[in-house]
Amino acid sequence: MSKFVQVTTTVNGENVSRSVEPRTNLVDFVRYDLELTGSHVGCEHGVCGACTIRLNGEIVRGCLVLAAQADGGVVETIEGLSESGKISDLQDSFLTRNAGQCGSCTPGMLLTADSLLEENKAPTRTEIREYISGNYCRCTGFEAIVDAIEMTSKKRRGGS
Amino acid sequence: MVDSNGLSIHDRPNSYIGRSVPRPNLSRLLKGRGSYADDVKLPRMVHVAFLRSPLAHADIVKIETDKASSASGVIAVYNGKDLAKVCSPWVGVVTHLEGMRSPPQNLLAVDRVRWQGEPVVAVVAQTRALAEDAIELIEVKYKELPLAVDMKTALDDDTEVIHKEYENNLCWERNVNAGDVDAAFAEADVIVEEEFQFGRHTGVTLESRSIVADYDPGEEMLTLYQSTQAPHMKQALFAKHLELDEHKIRIICRDVGGAFGLKAHAYGDEFATAAISKILGRPVKFVADRMESFLADIHARDHVVKGKIGVSKAGKILAIEIDDLTGIGPYSVYPRSSGMEVNQICNLTGGPYKFDNYRARGRVVFQNKPPMCQYRAVGHPIAITVTEGLVEMAASAIDMESIEMRKLNMVADDDYPNKTVSGIPLENLSHQASTDKLMEMVNYKEIRDEQKKLRKEGIYRGVGFAALIEVTNPGPAFYGVGGAPISAQDGCSVKLDAKGNLIVGTSITEQGQGAESVISQVVATAVGITPDKIKVISGDTENTPYGGGTWASRGTGIGGEAAAKAGKVIRDNVLDVAGILLQSEPNTLDIQNNQVVNKSDGAERMSVAEISRVVYYRGDTLPKDFQAEMMAVQHYFPKSYPFAFTNSVHCCHLEVDVNTGFIKLLKHWAVEDCGTVINPQNVDDQVRGGVVQGIGGALYEECIYNEQGQLLNGNLADYLVPMAVELPDIVVGHVESKTFESDLGAKGAGEAGTAGAPAAIMNALNDALMPFDVRLTRQPFTPQKVLEALGKL
Ligand code: FES
Ligand code: FES
Repeated sequence: MSKFVQVTTTVNGENVSRSVEPRTNLVDFVRYDLELTGSHVGCEHGVCGACTIRLNGEIVRGCLVLAAQADGGVVETIEGLSESGKISDLQDSFLTRNAGQCGSCTPGMLLTADSLLEENKAPTRTEIREYISGNYCRCTGFEAIVDAIEMTSKKRRGGS
Repeated sequence: MVDSNGLSIHDRPNSYIGRSVPRPNLSRLLKGRGSYADDVKLPRMVHVAFLRSPLAHADIVKIETDKASSASGVIAVYNGKDLAKVCSPWVGVVTHLEGMRSPPQNLLAVDRVRWQGEPVVAVVAQTRALAEDAIELIEVKYKELPLAVDMKTALDDDTEVIHKEYENNLCWERNVNAGDVDAAFAEADVIVEEEFQFGRHTGVTLESRSIVADYDPGEEMLTLYQSTQAPHMKQALFAKHLELDEHKIRIICRDVGGAFGLKAHAYGDEFATAAISKILGRPVKFVADRMESFLADIHARDHVVKGKIGVSKAGKILAIEIDDLTGIGPYSVYPRSSGMEVNQICNLTGGPYKFDNYRARGRVVFQNKPPMCQYRAVGHPIAITVTEGLVEMAASAIDMESIEMRKLNMVADDDYPNKTVSGIPLENLSHQASTDKLMEMVNYKEIRDEQKKLRKEGIYRGVGFAALIEVTNPGPAFYGVGGAPISAQDGCSVKLDAKGNLIVGTSITEQGQGAESVISQVVATAVGITPDKIKVISGDTENTPYGGGTWASRGTGIGGEAAAKAGKVIRDNVLDVAGILLQSEPNTLDIQNNQVVNKSDGAERMSVAEISRVVYYRGDTLPKDFQAEMMAVQHYFPKSYPFAFTNSVHCCHLEVDVNTGFIKLLKHWAVEDCGTVINPQNVDDQVRGGVVQGIGGALYEECIYNEQGQLLNGNLADYLVPMAVELPDIVVGHVESKTFESDLGAKGAGEAGTAGAPAAIMNALNDALMPFDVRLTRQPFTPQKVLEALGKL
């Protein structure tokens, strides 16, 4: 058995190829191999959502997916989504509404929120709360986050 | 600091105080550009992982590390004895908690382990994964010892004594006696008693404890990138125990992913990381994984309190008595000690009320569980739950609305300054105004009407209140007098750069609560510079003034006042230069929106940037006998009062499903009086976040142990924390009673939410279950406990 596997993937629009230990998970791969430290690790067992990353257009838990599973795929992290401007309105709402305190949960929360708003243009507050329930935040009490997502959804629908 | 014209910071034009300015450092975090300790990567950096004790109490017979030492990627392996040669043990007592005792504690266990999770062996390797692989190859032979796990039996004669140098497992006992408690109880028309329990839980910062230690043998300099909330305290401790010069230790903590008190303590694994860096002369990283966080972070609460209240028929509180017992693990935690929670409980119980007779006993015992220490709202949730639980019961015993009984007994707003029954001075509180405000916000009558109606339909809703006092802005009386190297003062440096911007250094730290934003708003106001021209630096012992950091709700009140003072000095210094250049009296000038203006008519005279230019590049145009000073440092600590108490009152509305035992929180209201509010949105979110942590302790969070001292739910899947879907919206209101100690008048706001929520929830729960004549007093109130109380399990 080879000690390393080759992972070739597109990360935030760039082609990358690295040989990694087969056990390396996707969030460790982006954090430590690619130095994209915006994705965080809160539990390493799929509960907290801090490691949320987009893989082939879907949000995944970076701690539950192996880097090798991203081979040939498309990976997007908070850094890429920030640079492309795709979630800038969400980020603005989070800033205005103080929807991040320590920032540990924040990148994962933004990716999850973005995914929600793609699936559901006009979520209710309860739907927002349900959708983000796999993303733990220990600081905000969540209300500011719910407010910020609601604000963004209204803005995207042309409201105030 | 009122100036020569009698004007205070609250008279400044264009004030940023009281404005919800977005936090300047949040943009960075939103783009994934935070810089947490685990994001630091240094040349030649290696990683350490720890083998932890699987047993709660055992002798270490033999440690076999040969296979691990020769495993792939392994650089070094150390046991407790190895590291004890480099880092001296510590003792977690503060002398002002008289009679407290705790034996020396080593970084890693030496000869004996005393809790499951205590670090035993450190393995250093090229990667964390390789270090963990090597740990699997270590064999430790243990000889199991009898256990002292349950705090309730820790003092029994036949319980194992954990430290042989002591005759029993008592760490500390405090007794308070005020008035004539026995006579007051004898006089009381009604006496109610209850036992309250508080589950052991922990902080669960989403970013776990993390440190990168980088020792440079050339300079004999240790740089530590650490997730902490008290950099200067850590600097002092590392220096002392690693025998390094304090000025050759630099603590850098840029972003901290939540702290809640748990990052204000000394941990063996973190000191071991620094010790190993000193041995190896290269950078070493340690990041606790979630499972080890549950075993190695401080735990909190874990109290059982017997409470008793005596009241008159008319509802006057005549006496309160409490007997508190807490288990703190095998050591008192260094350097703040594990006695503070009990100390606070003894001080705070009955806090909002006027009564003369009070007796408290608090006992702190050793046990074979992880060390317990200060976590957000230290002691408050316990003191408040006991007080407010007793008040609620007494009110119902004399058939009085509990909120009316509270109002009847509250110290009147115009009766401050005052003292608690145990003699703690209280400066300026607003229980009455806050309660009135709360009752305006809560549609109480509707809730009661609806409650009656719904009960007939088998729907059980309840409403509960809790009033409280909270300790903030602690002075040296908190720790300094007890010998701990913990500064009660903070400093702020303000430097005008060559373009009219301000570089501000603060000794308080940012963990997400908005410390940098507060400092920026205060400096902006004090100087007259807009916040976009202000850069705040925190979390760096080499580049900020000396100070305590951010804990005990002290950052805004103490660090903020230092910032106000430093800002004022710079304003005066800038105006001195302006006076010369404009040939005007400096006291006829002011600074507004980055411009020097006439005080009289606000007309712009010249920009601050122009003054910078002249001072830095064209000093030759200023008089020979004049030297401009464009950097100022000021410090502050409260001197008249040992603490600035705040007050708050909460209301919780919830529904209990009596078939499943599930509790649904419908709404939570909190009125908070933290004095001057600098950033209303930040304060509200501090209260909300705090309430949710209180909800966690009240309903979900508990470290569940078996009789062998084994944690049964040490992972984030089994240890429940509040999730978005189960939380209500939280309505926050304010009353502003400034502290007169400082010009700013700000007190702390970070903990009142956590302090008051559990009591309000308990009272609401018991109100909901009133028709069943049951009462729950053991937190967390899980569905199982609800069903047990209802006799359905
Ligand atoms: S780190 Fe992946 S879900 Fe928590
Ligand atoms: S902001 Fe700290 S965990 Fe969410």
